[in-house]
Amino acid sequence: MFDLTGKTALVTGASGGIGAAIARTLHQAGATVALSGTKVEALEALAAELGDRAVVVPANLSDPAAVEALAKDAEAKLGQVDILVNNAGLTRDGLILRMKDEDWASVIDVNLTAAFRLSRALVKGMMKRRWGRIIGITSIVGVTGNPGQVNYAASKAGMIGMTKALAAEVASRNITANCVAPGFIATAMTDVLADAQKEKLTAGVPAGRLGTPDEIASAVLYLASTEAGYVTGQTLHVNGGMAMI
Amino acid sequence: MSDIAERVKKIVVEHLGVEEGKVTDTASFIDDLGADSLDTVELVMAFEEEFGIEIPDDAAEKILTVKDAIDFISSKQG
Repeated sequence: MFDLTGKTALVTGASGGIGAAIARTLHQAGATVALSGTKVEALEALAAELGDRAVVVPANLSDPAAVEALAKDAEAKLGQVDILVNNAGLTRDGLILRMKDEDWASVIDVNLTAAFRLSRALVKGMMKRRWGRIIGITSIVGVTGNPGQVNYAASKAGMIGMTKALAAEVASRNITANCVAPGFIATAMTDVLADAQKEKLTAGVPAGRLGTPDEIASAVLYLASTEAGYVTGQTLHVNGGMAMI
Repeated sequence: MSDIAERVKKIVVEHLGVEEGKVTDTASFIDDLGADSLDTVELVMAFEEEFGIEIPDDAAEKILTVKDAIDFISSKQG
């Protein structure tokens, strides 16, 4: 079950905690993976760890030309891209009263517009081959909102809407588009928090703990699989019951 | 039949999976050949690739029949 042998996948933000876990999981399932991100050293290290069937395709997603180049680079190195995981994302938190235009724009550019551009570039080949998977890593806050994150929440909600429209457009070509929405996940970002802060964080989670990157990666693997071919336009929430929607 | 017409018809047959005999000059992609809106976009993309031309959106909207496609491509290549 969930065998991706012979399939190729492009994962953006692959140097981050969740992105690396996604790349490892897809690779383990047999896929050849292209690792994208801005931290070239971290990507090279991950590629070396994975060994065969892993290539590095660095890109700065805030640059439109670089996004187009990334799609071409990935197709050149992988032969074709069957699975696209739009995972790259950044935050520029602040209350709306204090939020600068550039904080709004940079978050929308990387989290949403880059995902749109990559999807547009790579869906073409998927349509020709009559098989494809486009998976967006969104966030619980795209559905629930969160103070201090109007830009981030908008980008993540935008990704959910874009995914639904895209799913409707290409469903007849055997291409699915879905989102995975993590709740609180243990990454380098949460490791630095004090225990008291972590306790506060988990108080609102029925599962009583943070999630792991591997638990996000497993959801991505399912949506990438042939078995999930009839699931499209959906958002799979992986949040320990923090929000049941 | 011109070379362009032949190549256009071959693409249509391949993309829409229709019989060659049905792909007449006056055949409408949507009404006669069963294409949906996504098929027509795919066809335009295939024409662009085959003939190394760019078909702008406003021109693509007017390509409704096999002959429309042949005429447009001929005008670009003429």
